[in-house]
Amino acid sequence: MIGLKGARRRRLPFQIYRWTALSVFSVLLAFPFVWMAITSFKQTSDLYNLNNNPFLFNERPTLEHLKLLFEETLFPRWFLNTAFAGAMVVLITLLLAVPAAYALARLTGRWGERLGIAIFLTYLIPPTLLFIPMSRVVSELGLQDSLWSIIVVYPTFTVPFSIWLLMAFFKSIPRELEDAAMVDGLTRFQAFVKLVIPISFSGILTVVIFTFTLVTQEFVYALTFISSASNQTIGVGVPIYLVRGDVYYWGSLMAACLIASLPIAVFYNLFLDRFIAGFTVGAVK
Amino acid sequence: MAVVETKDLTKVFTPGERGAVNDVNLLTREGEFMVFLGPSGSGKTTLLRMIAGLEDPTAGEILIGGQVVTHLPPRDRGIAMVFQSYALYPHLSVYKNITFPLRAQGVPKEEHRGKVEWAAGLLGIGELLKRKPRELSGGERQRVALARAIVREPTVFLLDEPLSNLDAKLRASAREELTQFHERVGTTTIYVTHDQIEAMAMGDRIVVLHEGFVRQVGSPREVYDDPADTFVATFLGSPPMNLVDHGDVLVGFRPEHLLPRPLVEGPAVEIGVRVTGIEYLGSERIVYALIDRDRFAEQKVVAKLPATYEVGVADGEAVEFAVAERNLRFFDKTSEKRADSRALVWG
Repeated sequence: MIGLKGARRRRLPFQIYRWTALSVFSVLLAFPFVWMAITSFKQTSDLYNLNNNPFLFNERPTLEHLKLLFEETLFPRWFLNTAFAGAMVVLITLLLAVPAAYALARLTGRWGERLGIAIFLTYLIPPTLLFIPMSRVVSELGLQDSLWSIIVVYPTFTVPFSIWLLMAFFKSIPRELEDAAMVDGLTRFQAFVKLVIPISFSGILTVVIFTFTLVTQEFVYALTFISSASNQTIGVGVPIYLVRGDVYYWGSLMAACLIASLPIAVFYNLFLDRFIAGFTVGAVK
Repeated sequence: MAVVETKDLTKVFTPGERGAVNDVNLLTREGEFMVFLGPSGSGKTTLLRMIAGLEDPTAGEILIGGQVVTHLPPRDRGIAMVFQSYALYPHLSVYKNITFPLRAQGVPKEEHRGKVEWAAGLLGIGELLKRKPRELSGGERQRVALARAIVREPTVFLLDEPLSNLDAKLRASAREELTQFHERVGTTTIYVTHDQIEAMAMGDRIVVLHEGFVRQVGSPREVYDDPADTFVATFLGSPPMNLVDHGDVLVGFRPEHLLPRPLVEGPAVEIGVRVTGIEYLGSERIVYALIDRDRFAEQKVVAKLPATYEVGVADGEAVEFAVAERNLRFFDKTSEKRADSRALVWG
């Protein structure tokens, strides 16, 4: 079987198909990053000249846009704010969603499923509707114009989605595995920590990335609840301060996007194997 | 090692309905291989899970080694269990799977290597220790599951249909391996199966369960030769025991005892039949027939003829069959329980 498969893999048409598919996807996925990188270092006059080849540096590369981004805006501050808020929201989301999803998947039987669906439905309510009640909550808590306002608000939509996602993961883990762990000497809680969580690692990772990305790019709430520039996140700070009237600071905008997206991309790639393994793991059979 | 005892053990899942397990009283012997046998839904797995501590009994007591463990969690019962799916931890290597119970129970790390080598050696899986469960075949997984169960030297082994995921060929050899394994370690073992061949081949004693009730406890020979009721009589054996309506009793005899008249020696009951179908199975022929005598006419019987009997029996033919009297079993028609033997006036 293995020999046969190997022989088929070495055949030319298969190789051509494989490399074509790989190339197309690589170009497609790498393009935004390359584009952001080129634009960040291009002189503005080069950018706006329609006769230039957009893929090449027609004039000398420049660090001007980066200088503008780092020296004339609060970008480093926004970056740290985003990282902090992101970490907090991820933490809160995991603390609430992981146990809730497990309980709903395992312990409450028929009601678990209905409740799970109900929780997911809350995710379908558009954020713009929740705006006014949320701003009341934020002001009651005295969190206006503070980073903590979004740290409190974001979990209201990251938690339901994460519960729903993790429920599916936990349900795919056979109960017999937990039974085995309990016979082998663990309590149910220990079995959850030592078995269920490691096995659902890719699901938990997905929650982390989803949550973190949301904090990075969310606009409406961050814009309304926080007004001081020094408290803002990348998602709000960058478009507000790098688009002035009809002037777009394309170089700096692209540099900001590149810097903001790289950590997430790197993080994702770091665990790529775990993601794939997580989705294909043959838990019992 | 220890004996397992259950006292009036009952499990009711939905109040008001019949329990999954009802008033089960069992006592294993030291080092015994006891098999719970029954069709699906007979409560055998629920019974095993209660002994394991994975299911709370509604009533009754469980004792392991003389100690009441009814409300102890599984980890405090000194048991090990092998599951139908083997339940190997998919993210851990074979080595880590086997040491899992040791780590969970805080056995010092320096002892792990030696214990794993002992268990792996016993089951012949020393080569597989670095692999992940998904890289193993069904038979290898089963052995890893056994190694994981034995590594902490439990007092009782519980096995829940461990062979049902193997193909037929592998199952026969795994059956023999399991028996040998049990002989080597000598631990009291409770084995759940719906497969009567497994039960007959491996069990020291068989507990036949039906609808949550124990129907009979006995050696394979006892449950096969002397079934306690019509359920046991018809559940065991393939084809099952013939039951012929005879006034206030049911007369039972095994298909292999219903033979052409010349083959039956000693006092016998003659039964004239009309053959309605024949299955040729190589080592034997299964003959389906209807009794051809006025009072019992049209009752179905099945005979199993050994291949060594070469006389032709043809479809549609009237044949004189007989059953030796010592092979007749009687059951009360209303209670379906075993009744005393009696002289049979046939016809």
